[in-house]
Amino acid sequence: MLLEQLSNAFGPSGSEDEVRRLLARALKDKVDDLQTDALGNLLAFKRGTGPEPRLKVMVDAHTDEVGFMITRIEKNGMLGFRTIGGIDSRLLMAKRVLVGDQRLPGVLVAPPIHLTKPEQRNKVTPIEQLVIDIGTTSQDEAQRLVQIGDYAVFDTRFQVLAKDGLRTVKGKSFDDRVGCAAAAALVEDEYIVDLYLSFSAQEEVGLRGARVAAYRIEPDMAFAFEGTICDDTPKREDVSPTSVLGEGPAITVMDRSFIADKRLVRLLVETANQHAIPYQYKQPGVGGTDAGAIHLAKAGVPSVAIAVPCRYIHAPVSILSLNDYDNLVALMKATLHALPEEWPA
Amino acid sequence: MDIAPLLKRLSEANGVSGYEHQVRDIVIEEFGHHADSVRTDVLGNVIALKQGDGSEPRPALMLATHMDEIGLIVSELEKGFIHFQQVGGYDDRVLLGQEVTVHGRQELPGIIGARPPHVLPAAERDKPIPHDQLRIDTGLSPDRVAELVRVGDLITMKRDLVELQGGLASGKALDNRASVAAACVCLEELARLRHSWDFYAVATVQEEVGLKGAITSSYGLQPDIGIAIDVTFAKQPGTPDEQTFELGKGPTISCGPNFHPKLYEALVEAAKTLEMGYQVEPAARVGGTDAVALQISRAGIPTGLLCIPLRNMHTPIETVSVMDIQRTGRLLATFVSRLDTDFLDSLVWDLGLDDEEE
Repeated sequence: MLLEQLSNAFGPSGSEDEVRRLLARALKDKVDDLQTDALGNLLAFKRGTGPEPRLKVMVDAHTDEVGFMITRIEKNGMLGFRTIGGIDSRLLMAKRVLVGDQRLPGVLVAPPIHLTKPEQRNKVTPIEQLVIDIGTTSQDEAQRLVQIGDYAVFDTRFQVLAKDGLRTVKGKSFDDRVGCAAAAALVEDEYIVDLYLSFSAQEEVGLRGARVAAYRIEPDMAFAFEGTICDDTPKREDVSPTSVLGEGPAITVMDRSFIADKRLVRLLVETANQHAIPYQYKQPGVGGTDAGAIHLAKAGVPSVAIAVPCRYIHAPVSILSLNDYDNLVALMKATLHALPEEWPA
Repeated sequence: MDIAPLLKRLSEANGVSGYEHQVRDIVIEEFGHHADSVRTDVLGNVIALKQGDGSEPRPALMLATHMDEIGLIVSELEKGFIHFQQVGGYDDRVLLGQEVTVHGRQELPGIIGARPPHVLPAAERDKPIPHDQLRIDTGLSPDRVAELVRVGDLITMKRDLVELQGGLASGKALDNRASVAAACVCLEELARLRHSWDFYAVATVQEEVGLKGAITSSYGLQPDIGIAIDVTFAKQPGTPDEQTFELGKGPTISCGPNFHPKLYEALVEAAKTLEMGYQVEPAARVGGTDAVALQISRAGIPTGLLCIPLRNMHTPIETVSVMDIQRTGRLLATFVSRLDTDFLDSLVWDLGLDDEEE
């Protein structure tokens, strides 16, 4: 399963090489053109079957994941780091990571509770005080294996949790490897429109890849695929779940980064209804996606974001439902088929 | 002996206090390679005997290494999510984002999930979440969870053992499976070395919840000497210098009120004979190891303690030096092989009466 390979791959923002290669291998015989750009976006083009001029439809998914960068090597051989993208500092202690091009195993250390003062136990340890231990005992020894600026990611493996029902799977970086897998699946069909897939780098550090990709592609419309917040676990207070696992792809009307094009939202909803594909609306005002950069490209691009709900995003391990994934692919394929030769009609 | 595969097997086996069956099966097999007999007792301790070649009645030494691990236990089900309590003591702060195995009607993978920071009020983002507010997500439907999981089911951390640089190994339950591996090394060494005393290697249960296995096994065996092997705090960022020891510089040998001074000296002597690195661990207070129970068993037993330095104690990334484990096993084997019939006499407290008579 491509999703499994993508989830296991190493690809923090700025170091998406492994993800890019997996996607290139999966797509090379199925698209008309495949290229990369200055930021490391992978751009795939599938020509439409309709008469020219054809609509240019961009589907975006970001290749990068949240991770770490090694920023100092201490005298005792331990590695200091900063986070890349928004990682919750509450959940760093006592996790395993893979460091650098050699993928060296390391651990985010946690001093024993026995030697921790009670007042410290009620505090989240600041990131500056955490280190990664790869087993080296001196600065020299560590420097032979790791350089300042090396990347690291959580060491988490993909696994199927439920074979039927919700068909849940667990793994890291479903935000946004699930979007990458879904976008790659679109090339199975022929469409009358031209399809531009942008596997965009550096979303987690400011929507940077999608910005230049949209400038280059100059699409008539754009769909950003995401793995989105799913806060549907039981809670004491009555707050929105943002999205709910298993209830279909979540369509964004508005988030912190953009207001979706109303016509595209309507197109998605009408197509879903027509094909009896489940969908849901994402809680407005929460999160941001590549659509935030794409909709401002050049003179502007009508854009919408559509996402697979993922519990525990930005954590070492997330859960999603393959039903939601299948329904995202089905809805997007049906939408691409439903597009007229000219849009807006 | 390459103990890396053994250590991996022991670490990845599950055995929360009181539910040690999985790790017990491995210990029975491993102790069995070199022991003359292996049995279990009422609480589930594994007791292996390696007979000495001295004349009967032979004195006996009992080694205690606990094989249980800390874990979690299901306390409530809520809409398919699992609430839990602690068995032993994890720092609540290390639980978030961990992968676990829920031991229900079948073994279920699960995740200790957290609401993403995106939706949290700022005030909550830098507060640890107490374990009674955490939940485990198995990705299964509420009906399926109710069918497979009951209140009281055990939960263990899911972590494979991994080798780090410099001969270190990191994983779960190395407190105290590292010491169980050291006991295996000791038994293997004793297969080569002559020893006149009987040697009992006991893998004890329920240490983490109050030294229960050591209490009953030492009562049952009534040994002449008791030695425990456990883990101690290794130096790492954020720990005080005084109560911590170097990783990879050999086991610690404990001295203090819990330990017979002559036994301590003899252990140090054995380390010196081997020209082996060791560290002195002064224990002003009676600590929390099986040695605490051994010393006050029946009418009292001269007791000693060897400890393997370990980082990140009571987390799923406990880290040890494999070489330290081997050294610990060899040190104890050498100590055992040097025991003679006079050694017990040397443990008798000198009252100084002989001097008065002169």
